[in-house]
Amino acid sequence: MSDTNDFKVDYVANLARLDITPEEAKRYQGQLDGILSYIEELTSIDVDGIEPTAHPAPVLDRLREDDAPAFSIKQEAFLRNAPDQASNQLRVPKVVDPS
Amino acid sequence: MSLATQSISALRQQLTAGDITSRDIVESVAQAIDSNDTEVGAYLSRDVEKALAAADAADLSLPLGGIPIAIKDNINVEGEPCTCGSKFLQGAYLSPYDATASRKLKEAGAVLFGRTNMDEFAMGSSTENSAIQLTRNPHDLNRIPGGSSGGSAAAVASGSAIAALGSDTGGSVRQPASHCGVVGLKPSYGRVSRYGLVAFASSLDQIGPLTNSVEDAALLLEAIAGGDPRDSTCLDDAVPSYRESLDKGVKGTRIGIPAEYFGEGLAPAVRERIETAAKALEAEGAELVEISLPSTKHAVSTYYVLAPAEASSNLSRFDGVRYGNRVDKGTGIVDMYGTSRSAGFGSEVKRRIILGTYVLSSGYYDAYYTRAQKVRTIVQQEFQAAFQKVDAILSPVSPGPARKLGDAKGDPLSDYLADIYTISANLAGICGISVPAGTVPSDEGTNLPVGLQLLGPHMAEETILRVAKTWESVRGE
Repeated sequence: MSDTNDFKVDYVANLARLDITPEEAKRYQGQLDGILSYIEELTSIDVDGIEPTAHPAPVLDRLREDDAPAFSIKQEAFLRNAPDQASNQLRVPKVVDPS
Repeated sequence: MSLATQSISALRQQLTAGDITSRDIVESVAQAIDSNDTEVGAYLSRDVEKALAAADAADLSLPLGGIPIAIKDNINVEGEPCTCGSKFLQGAYLSPYDATASRKLKEAGAVLFGRTNMDEFAMGSSTENSAIQLTRNPHDLNRIPGGSSGGSAAAVASGSAIAALGSDTGGSVRQPASHCGVVGLKPSYGRVSRYGLVAFASSLDQIGPLTNSVEDAALLLEAIAGGDPRDSTCLDDAVPSYRESLDKGVKGTRIGIPAEYFGEGLAPAVRERIETAAKALEAEGAELVEISLPSTKHAVSTYYVLAPAEASSNLSRFDGVRYGNRVDKGTGIVDMYGTSRSAGFGSEVKRRIILGTYVLSSGYYDAYYTRAQKVRTIVQQEFQAAFQKVDAILSPVSPGPARKLGDAKGDPLSDYLADIYTISANLAGICGISVPAGTVPSDEGTNLPVGLQLLGPHMAEETILRVAKTWESVRGE
């Protein structure tokens, strides 16, 4: 499996869009190194020929009629929770960097 | 006897006889919260006026007519807060819809009253990871109530809720039920709709009841179970009357005792309580069968790959765009994601998102995630093989009674390892229940509850409820 030494908490936190402080990075690095080295024991298990399980319900790909479901949430009810909005739309900070 | 500490069936009898009203019960619960909850801290919010209005309008002819039920704060109830124990949603979100479980409770006549504390986004087993407040164990205020549904368990145990809903991803209903001395049921995966339950790990999550009695748990399960087109993993199987078979006893029922659940790490006093319960069931006619579930030792590792992986994906929706608290320093949307998430999430949530992101990242996906999914298959197969030989499996819920508040600080792994007896049921999708099995003394002279766990095959809730009820009736108090 892996060499947990290559786990860099700063790099992964950035992938997950989490800004963490240097103190947090130091603390999480130690804690997660410990957890990863515990999880390492999974490598000792023989999984040859075993199918992975995604979820344990005995159903897969349930289909419904191709019509518009009647249970959407109303726009007004949805926007009530929006951090920022304008003209019945969600408003977000600028997406395109002009530079 | 206060109305707030009575069973649902006892209250229902008094309601239908016209001796009391639903308003009387809600007022009694509200008073109990006022007097108990300052020190216990089980509730995050409640709307007494709204509940009283619902009580006055309740249809008493329905199965839960007029009964107030508390709801864990990660299950949507229209018009109410749903903080998930997180600063991300605190003060910034009111549910625009009902979860299916909430809607079904209302349709059964229940009065939804009060929102209970939890580990943030259900990540934890002590409720100490709530970003909002501390919840204490009603049996010993210096100890944890368990978690993540610690608020629901503590509310029922302290007599400030008749019953409550929780959610169980790796033991989050059963373990707090065990630590607080109440009944906690995790239904089989697909038995109860997850629609409107804020997703932590979608392939493991199930909503379940926390109650004062096995009969009450059966009653609540009857109300919330059943198919739902809004959850594609929820099964359409008919919902039996679980109460009807509760008193049929255990004569001829084969109960498996898995060696791996009684090994090193189990506190001797807890073991003694569980063995006493096993012997009592044997005396009632059950056949005890020694079984083996060898992959139990891999359950914690498997879970702490799969659950964080799913969580890292599920929690990406908390980005400060659609709901929740936004922190924006004016430097563009990508920075806004990072600042909002960092301000909104607590340490345990950040740790698990980082861990989940790592195990799903390119180059590690197969080594961690796919491998854990394969071990999950093995865990499931071992249960299937065991249930060829036995009807139910008996074990402890947790290796020890509730630990002291603050004792796991800085070492998350120590709490993870204590999930060893509950996690496998979620991995395999089977049902499980925790039912009180007496108490063990602490060094400080308090008596700490211990739960007996009964596991059953997928969709065999009837069996574990019947065995649990049999134990409950011979247990004594």
